[in-house]
Amino acid sequence: MSDLTIAVPRGALFAGTLDLLDGLGLDTAEVRANDRKLIFPGAGIVTMRPSDVPTYVEAGAADLGITGKDVLMEQFEREVYELLDLRFGGCRMVLATVAGPDRASEALRRLGVMRVATKYPRIAADWLESTGRQGEIVEVNGSVELAPLTGLVEAIVDLTATGTTLRENGLVIREEIATSTARLIANPVAHKLKAAEIDGVLEALRAG
Amino acid sequence: MIHPTPSGTRDVLPDEMRELRAITERLRSVFEAAGYGEVYTPALEYESELRPAGVSPAYRLFDAHGDVLVLRSDMTVPIARVAATRYGGVALPLRFAYFAHAYRGVRAHRGQAREFLQAGIELIGSPAPEGTAEALGTLCGALDAVGLEGYRVGLGDAGLYPALLDGLGVAPGARGPLLRELVARDFVGVEREIGRLGLDAAAAALLLRVPQTRGGPEALEVAGEAVDGMRAVHALLDPGVAERVIFDLGLLRDLDYYTGAVFDVYDPALGVPIGGGGRYDDLLGRFGRPLPAVGFALNVERLHIALMGEERGAGAEEERIPGAAEGRGAGTGE
Repeated sequence: MSDLTIAVPRGALFAGTLDLLDGLGLDTAEVRANDRKLIFPGAGIVTMRPSDVPTYVEAGAADLGITGKDVLMEQFEREVYELLDLRFGGCRMVLATVAGPDRASEALRRLGVMRVATKYPRIAADWLESTGRQGEIVEVNGSVELAPLTGLVEAIVDLTATGTTLRENGLVIREEIATSTARLIANPVAHKLKAAEIDGVLEALRAG
Repeated sequence: MIHPTPSGTRDVLPDEMRELRAITERLRSVFEAAGYGEVYTPALEYESELRPAGVSPAYRLFDAHGDVLVLRSDMTVPIARVAATRYGGVALPLRFAYFAHAYRGVRAHRGQAREFLQAGIELIGSPAPEGTAEALGTLCGALDAVGLEGYRVGLGDAGLYPALLDGLGVAPGARGPLLRELVARDFVGVEREIGRLGLDAAAAALLLRVPQTRGGPEALEVAGEAVDGMRAVHALLDPGVAERVIFDLGLLRDLDYYTGAVFDVYDPALGVPIGGGGRYDDLLGRFGRPLPAVGFALNVERLHIALMGEERGAGAEEERIPGAAEGRGAGTGE
């Protein structure tokens, strides 16, 4: 364990991840106490946005990482091993529109194309393609809920845990695309060169 | 004025070139001493002539006569062509070495190389396990000669998983989703797809465990007779080579012409493999001259990064995480 560097996602998966690492015997007290510091050499922890975790792990800057399946689906070409479903941080990737008459369906029927705002352009594009619909993907970086309310698009593809944010903005879920939970990923070279340490972590996580 | 080159290509200036040359000269001496004569083949080939290899090159162009040309994506296929067409009555085995650029497609903003320098050998007409052991010995000799210290060689078998599936009676038509998850390195998906095959618990556990098994010779016990080929190679290796080997029952190579032993070269100073190779016993036959063959290619730029990473690591051992991130971060990935 002591020889491994682990990429830990800040944000929604942060607390669950640290609880998990406590269970492995890592000392996460400093990580919990300090939300500006990024790197904790004593515990072998580096912290970052969830969507950056595959980048660091693929390059070998971290041996292991924890991130959401949604991130891995969006960055499907990353060369990392997906080792374990950690079964926390559950949420759904959904297609949502403004409540009331379905404007997305109307646009599709009358204009031939539905416009979809998302932070997950590949997942959204794949979903439309696999369901035989033409779409125009509009990539946004924050507050996706704003896009259909302002008329930028007719629908959004986004991640939701409880649906509260969608509801508060007058949006309703029309389709569920996928479910997502936290996953443990590994760098392919570390997976070979640090096999015993990584298998030790896997075993402890499976048992816990 | 800034005049860019295409993404994934770059200029090499004298400081770097001197270091690259020092590496390739040492590799060349090892290859030459082991009887591997250096060859060079055209970067451009007729698409129609390379088609039997089943490899899809990333770059195609038309010449003035309307012929479709391709940029080679490796040297193994051109050398297979050379061996099949120009070495008719020559005594076997044939030993070739090369230092040449190969070309692959890249994804945007990933620091991947479209053009990269490969150094490697091909040993043609020497079957397993002797030929495989010779190639592995040459590989380790070459890495020792350039001064790489921490490297290991992952050794797997491209035929292992299909043989296991055969043995368990999984029909070829039912394997697609499982093999796709394996190629994607997604063991959560592998477990899910194994569950859908409706096998008994022991068979399902074996299919899940084998591709995740890697380590010393004890790793071979998991798969029984299916890895006799790997045992035979291991038995022929010099002790200095054998101690570098990590048996990796899940090793997959992205080129589909491999038939038996496959290998990957790892170093703790780099997050991606430095090179790899394997047996391609069917490839020469596709060019009309069936001969068993084995070879490997090292990515010289990655080897250079790993050497520099080891050098830095030796100087900054106590700063574990920053040192590691620095040494392994920069990628001239394929």
